[in-house]
Amino acid sequence: MAHAHYRNLEGRSLGFYAVLGLLGAITFAGLGAALYMEHHGHWVTGMSNQIVWGTPHVFAVFLIVAASGALNVASIASVFGRQLYKPLSRLSGLLALTLLAGGLAVLVLDLGRPDRLIVAMTYYNFKSIFAWNILLYTGFFAIVAVYLWMMMERRMNDYSKPAGMFAFLWRLTLTTGTGSIFGFLVARDAYDTAVMAPMFIVMSFAYGLAIYLVVLIASMRWSGRELGDVVFGRLRNLLGVFVAAVLYFVTVYHLTNLYITQRHGIEGFILLNGGAYTKMFWLGQVLIGGAVPLVILFSRLGQSRALVVLASMLVVLGGLAQMYVTIIGGQAYPMPLMPGKEVVASSFFDGMVASYSPSLPEVVLGVGGIGLALVMATFAMKVLPFLPQSLSDADADPHYKAA
Amino acid sequence: MSLSRREFIGIGGGAIAGITLAPGLRLVELARARSPEEAATQMQRWGLLIDIGRCQDCDVCVTACRTENGWYGHNRPATDPQWIRKVTLKDNQTGYVESLPVLCQHCEEPPCVDVCPTGASFKRADGIVLVDKHICIGCRYCMMACPYKARSFVHEDTINQKSYAPRGKGTVESCTLCVHRVDAGKIPACVEACTKDGNQAMVFGDLKDPNSGINKHLAAGPSTPLRPDLNLNTGVRYRGV
Repeated sequence: MAHAHYRNLEGRSLGFYAVLGLLGAITFAGLGAALYMEHHGHWVTGMSNQIVWGTPHVFAVFLIVAASGALNVASIASVFGRQLYKPLSRLSGLLALTLLAGGLAVLVLDLGRPDRLIVAMTYYNFKSIFAWNILLYTGFFAIVAVYLWMMMERRMNDYSKPAGMFAFLWRLTLTTGTGSIFGFLVARDAYDTAVMAPMFIVMSFAYGLAIYLVVLIASMRWSGRELGDVVFGRLRNLLGVFVAAVLYFVTVYHLTNLYITQRHGIEGFILLNGGAYTKMFWLGQVLIGGAVPLVILFSRLGQSRALVVLASMLVVLGGLAQMYVTIIGGQAYPMPLMPGKEVVASSFFDGMVASYSPSLPEVVLGVGGIGLALVMATFAMKVLPFLPQSLSDADADPHYKAA
Repeated sequence: MSLSRREFIGIGGGAIAGITLAPGLRLVELARARSPEEAATQMQRWGLLIDIGRCQDCDVCVTACRTENGWYGHNRPATDPQWIRKVTLKDNQTGYVESLPVLCQHCEEPPCVDVCPTGASFKRADGIVLVDKHICIGCRYCMMACPYKARSFVHEDTINQKSYAPRGKGTVESCTLCVHRVDAGKIPACVEACTKDGNQAMVFGDLKDPNSGINKHLAAGPSTPLRPDLNLNTGVRYRGV
């Protein structure tokens, strides 16, 4: 399409303020939960010396992964030259920024000493993947902001392709860094594998696009704009491919571990006898987050906008389940002290499956991160023209002919 | 006796050289027993040998450590700290059961130091692995990385702190190998308690000093690190595991 036209959300309706108010309330509840946790100390949460990363990390890592994935729609236009995606690019960049902000807010507010954020910005141990990530995340903000500027400022439009290329490479590096938080951990059997980095990249494609689709469909509909079947169908099929790719990586990860005798313990735990974690894997990650969305997206059910929105939300829920299994399940399974020996007694819970149940403040903080990401995006769509005026079939595809 | 100019310069030069160099040579000799004000150096690497055959069914080492370093809990086992603990292991094939204390292993290649984003988790020149409580942000990545579960997160307000073992809510802590005692020329509290109790299961010393007691013990019999598969070259080694 030659010229896409964008328009701010009018943002004067009761509905708009209701959405903004609800998301704002969720965000403030999250802040309150963080204050409560910091004031009392982490003992009021479900986290312990056994499960050191809990529900806040499930949400935080999910949001950070989804953030890099949300940028994909823009990359498809800028890097791979697909014109159809061009009018979708601004919202893609915006969501990438706000999802990352939401995820980082949760991560930082869960720190034992969030007041020392400045320390994390001024002291670096460059062997630490966390330290790389601090640079990758802050860099991502700057690069995507510049990329958005080049997309939105007509005089700078010519530079949006190189900026998009750079942002694309940066986001691949960023998700590699996020996956490697776990990939480079030698101590625990669930981690310590190079497949984590590419698996997280593919997960980001699926999570990011799922959130993008929900936000796009909702904001186009609520602002009375047309979203034609061409764009809708393209995004739906793309989501299906990404969801299938995630299942492929999950299969490879587990097959590799099943081949390694040393890792039969953790595999039995996740796949067969891990209680809540096994249920979370098969029902949450594979069925709800994988199989059901695939059926919807690739069958005639996918004609229905409502069902595709449902499928996208299931991908999000499945993604959260996948993070839960990966982060908390991976810690719950005990570490061996000596190969070939098991711990039969310990005052420090060695050798036993660690118990964990998410506490209310943790969940509220995590959901608060989603609230923050969405309230920022909603507000930004009101003040700047992120959303295309129309995505009707005739506007989206010049070769479109009404059947 | 009269000295020629040449003789005077020769003798004088020799005397000055002697005065200048002698304390230096002497210093090299003294370096092994440095004063607490001096920085730790790589000339030492502190280590521990734990003989499981002598380790009794007691926890004097644990009690001594807690008293010395003041890591009192709040009667909440899941979140209370443990710098050292007793663990009972059973051989999967033979069923043989043994009990051993587990503490920070003071690795030469510590995974906790690798992953720490700020460098709060660090290894001193003499091999002691510590947490700088001033720059620890409480991210707990080190606890994810440690294969020995040696570290604790301070989940709530601390009580009865010791001035020489500072603790802080929201930061991570672990065995310091009683660095405050080692710097004063003493042995760690756990080793002292075990020795006093007559078990003599723990030997502490300088792994870089060929004549140290620990090196003689290590040379005299077999020993192994925990998780030898990780190849971390721990400062703590076990005999009879």
